[in-house]
Amino acid sequence: MSLEMYREYVLDLYKNPLNKGIIENPSHEFMKNNPLCGDEIKIQLVIKNNKIENLKFDGIGCAISMASASLLTEKLKNLTIEEAKNINKDDILELIKIPLSPVRIKCALLSLDVLRGALENARN
Amino acid sequence: MKTILKKMLDVKKEFPIFKSNPGLVYLDNAATSQKPKTVIESLKNFYEKENANIHRGVYTLSEVATEKYEESRKIIARFINANPEEIIFTKNTTESLNLLSYTIQELIEKGKNEIILTEMEHHSNLVPWQQMAKRNNFKIKFIPIKNFELDYDKAQELITEKTALLSITHVSNVFGTINSIDKLIGIAKVNNVLTIIDAAQSIQHISVDVKKLNCDFLVFSGHKMFGPTGIGILYGKKELLEKLSPFMTGGGMIEKVSYEKASWNEIPLKFEAGTQNIGGVIALGEATNYLEKIGINNIREHEKELLEYALDKLNEIKNIEIYNPGKDKSLSVISFNIKEIHPHDVASILNDYNIAIRAGHHCCMPLMKKLNIPGTCRISLSIYNTKEDIDSLINGLKKVQEVFK
Ligand SMILES: Cc1ncc(COP(=O)(O)O)c(C=O)c1O
Repeated sequence: MSLEMYREYVLDLYKNPLNKGIIENPSHEFMKNNPLCGDEIKIQLVIKNNKIENLKFDGIGCAISMASASLLTEKLKNLTIEEAKNINKDDILELIKIPLSPVRIKCALLSLDVLRGALENARN
Repeated sequence: MKTILKKMLDVKKEFPIFKSNPGLVYLDNAATSQKPKTVIESLKNFYEKENANIHRGVYTLSEVATEKYEESRKIIARFINANPEEIIFTKNTTESLNLLSYTIQELIEKGKNEIILTEMEHHSNLVPWQQMAKRNNFKIKFIPIKNFELDYDKAQELITEKTALLSITHVSNVFGTINSIDKLIGIAKVNNVLTIIDAAQSIQHISVDVKKLNCDFLVFSGHKMFGPTGIGILYGKKELLEKLSPFMTGGGMIEKVSYEKASWNEIPLKFEAGTQNIGGVIALGEATNYLEKIGINNIREHEKELLEYALDKLNEIKNIEIYNPGKDKSLSVISFNIKEIHPHDVASILNDYNIAIRAGHHCCMPLMKKLNIPGTCRISLSIYNTKEDIDSLINGLKKVQEVFK
């Protein structure tokens, strides 16, 4: 049942996302869309001394993709680049804690994909 | 209840999917239609009793298969008022358009280097032309949209003597808008422009007559008109098809082959290389017969009534935005959004109530960008849909709003 997906905290994060917005001078950023639904997420990072000091995400998406972006960005705070790179699919599913169908898993994993892009994409 | 709606209740019984999935409210007919028993039986019958390759064997089985395959071509030709040799079997609309995009250059007069599309084209009628334009250094121009309809004044300005071809959808798969293709074909003819009609969303709902339209090419997919997947149609005027080079080469499409070279078979076989989807072709003939038996006018009347009902009911939903040009200008396709709720979430929750709708960009990403939305929820109706289906949808949408309250 998909109603299982729409738990209170998922809906809360959708309505009041964490770390959503724009950073003026990020050191790293990346944007990507999910070709299936067209949703687009951007992640901006400020990395200093190998550590994520600040970060924001922006974009439009479904409740699942927005909630997972909030949870992921929250977890990323103060992590080192290596720690951030080690975050994987299972970590995201662990964070979001809801049963997802294969199609909706893609929604949940979009922000992880964007994060990996951002870590590789330093702005000069 | 109007008699037409009553009659259609019997139609629903002819679709086994509803027996296997009791309670299913299927509202994604623009993606693909369900299949009536007679089409499924036709496939089964072919593989159980008549399977053989065509145009090759001299034994009875092969002759029967060939006859049935060619009979199907005649049925489909009659359906759109074409000649049988003007009907080419492909895999789907997408392949038909790709075939044209790779071969049509030969028909284009020197000095013409512009392609006219519309802003509401499916990716299938956009990306192949982008590729073609890149190969030939052509330019693509788009007829803009105003109130979910084409802007015909702008179209008149855009189509000039520099235009090589006009490729447009008959009906929008997002808004349901019925485009005045006769008007656009008229403008094109004055400027000696090749015309291609994407009939993927119209062929199963309204009558399509290629002679009346006077289009040069017309394409559609069998799976959206109660036929099996994997079989599509390319119609082309005889004299144009004769001039085109084949898209694929190999067995079946040749006249004579030596180690050095080959010459081509006559149309339509020139375009049907390799073993074809024989069972699919025969079943598509059966689907066409089925469509004709119900009658395109009955289909239109039934769907018009449902569309009106659906639009009225949807309009009563709070915070809804409907992307539709109005009941008289569209077929039974309605796109909408509910404020602050993503289409994916709407579709996911409706799925819990056994209601199948489409959510997303509907293979029209540039159009979504233009409307400045990530996507829409879309319902698309067919002959077996009922007012109860619409009522279920409305109740489902209220549940969605409760979840997101
Ligand atoms: C207007 C339009 N054109 C083309 C297509 C592509 O059809 P197919 O996927 O069968 O090739 C579709 C189907 O979604 C459509 O709606």
